[in-house]
Amino acid sequence: MITKRIIPCLDIRDGRVVKGVNFAGLRDVSNPVDLAAFYSECGADELVFYDITASSEGRTLFTDILREVARTIFIPLTVGGGINTVADFERVLSCGADKVSVNSGAIRNPQLIEDAARRYGDQCVVLSVDAKRVNGTYHVFAKGGREDTGMDALEWIRRGLDMGAGEIVLNSIDTDGVKKGFDLEMLSDVCAFANVPVIASGGAGCIEDFVTLFKTIPGVDAGLAASIFHFGEVAIRDLKETLHHNGITVRRL
Amino acid sequence: MIAIIDYGVGNLFSLQSSFAMIGQEVTVTSDKTVIQNADRLILPGVGAFGDARKKLAMHGLDETLLAQAKDGKMIMGICLGMQMLFDKSFEYGEHAGLSLIPGEVVDMTPRIREGLKVPHIGWNALDLAKPDHPLFRYIKNGDCVYFVHSYFADKCAADTIATSEYDIPLTAAVAKDNVIGCQFHPEKSGRVGLNLLRAFCEMK
Repeated sequence: MITKRIIPCLDIRDGRVVKGVNFAGLRDVSNPVDLAAFYSECGADELVFYDITASSEGRTLFTDILREVARTIFIPLTVGGGINTVADFERVLSCGADKVSVNSGAIRNPQLIEDAARRYGDQCVVLSVDAKRVNGTYHVFAKGGREDTGMDALEWIRRGLDMGAGEIVLNSIDTDGVKKGFDLEMLSDVCAFANVPVIASGGAGCIEDFVTLFKTIPGVDAGLAASIFHFGEVAIRDLKETLHHNGITVRRL
Repeated sequence: MIAIIDYGVGNLFSLQSSFAMIGQEVTVTSDKTVIQNADRLILPGVGAFGDARKKLAMHGLDETLLAQAKDGKMIMGICLGMQMLFDKSFEYGEHAGLSLIPGEVVDMTPRIREGLKVPHIGWNALDLAKPDHPLFRYIKNGDCVYFVHSYFADKCAADTIATSEYDIPLTAAVAKDNVIGCQFHPEKSGRVGLNLLRAFCEMK
């Protein structure tokens, strides 16, 4: 059977890896090419690169890095950040990305999902959603989690799936950076209807959080995290061994 | 020299890089002379069968490929490129393949348990039907490779050398003399994938 995936996420600004806690207070962590190679060797199943650069020079630097990663690392690569048009898809796919993640760009122009899915296939289009509880419902937040769009997150995901999104990354702002575990309630609400892979993001603090995630919600396909991997708090090799011993199917090296 | 046949579908950057990584001279080409002079051929492919098959024919590359196969040149089809090796596909209609390997390509949805997600996407273990096949020289039974597909090759048991379990055994790799096919992406399957490509480059 298909294995559960472990995905480190690398936020890239001006050619370096950074990670924020609750999206604020970014810290420089490491060189993206080195870090990507390290993760691949440790058994990461896929890598996500988020381009959080604002300047055009930074954007060029990002695609240079992406090309360098794709030249040396042979696992699936997903790219997100600043994806607003089909031309942006082309820009990163031509540098070796396999999947492209849309977030704010799709909120501004939902048609982007359909246009990209038609051109590159559903499997290429990842809908990344930053969601937070507001008055008993989940709201979609834009601009890196800073702006409440007022949109209902479950409705937005349903709409994204209808338009051809081939994968959902669900990032709970409520649990992100808190390191007390994934947002099981929110994830299970999405897995109840999503017929494409769902990737859990936000809240992992230790190995046990991944075990709980996959045991509690069998519909979740992957767990994504950043800082706990970057700072060595969780070693991917150990994580996968523990998952295996808990009866969860993972790819072991 | 390895020639990756470029007929206008998909991005070949990773595939090209993976051969460079294992020290092989590689080129991406749609030039018939280059294809004829290459030692080995790779037929890649993503997207829908009908469209890809048409593009391959449009460039006249299907005839070139068939002639090369008949001459005994080592050929590997990957993903949709593998599916095109068969007699036909039922993806959005019915389309003729290259008939280099007997079999047909069918939708997995009605064959697998309801509720299982389609496409079959992610890392899955290889069950080697013919573990002694030279393609598997550097890998072992149970090694994981990366798949992305909704259709799979059926009625090809005689030439199947590996399957992957997704409720049913899905055809993962096929081989008939000098023609090899991989449903998964070796160029996205980490070290296992590179080892498969290395073994392919050594096959005679």
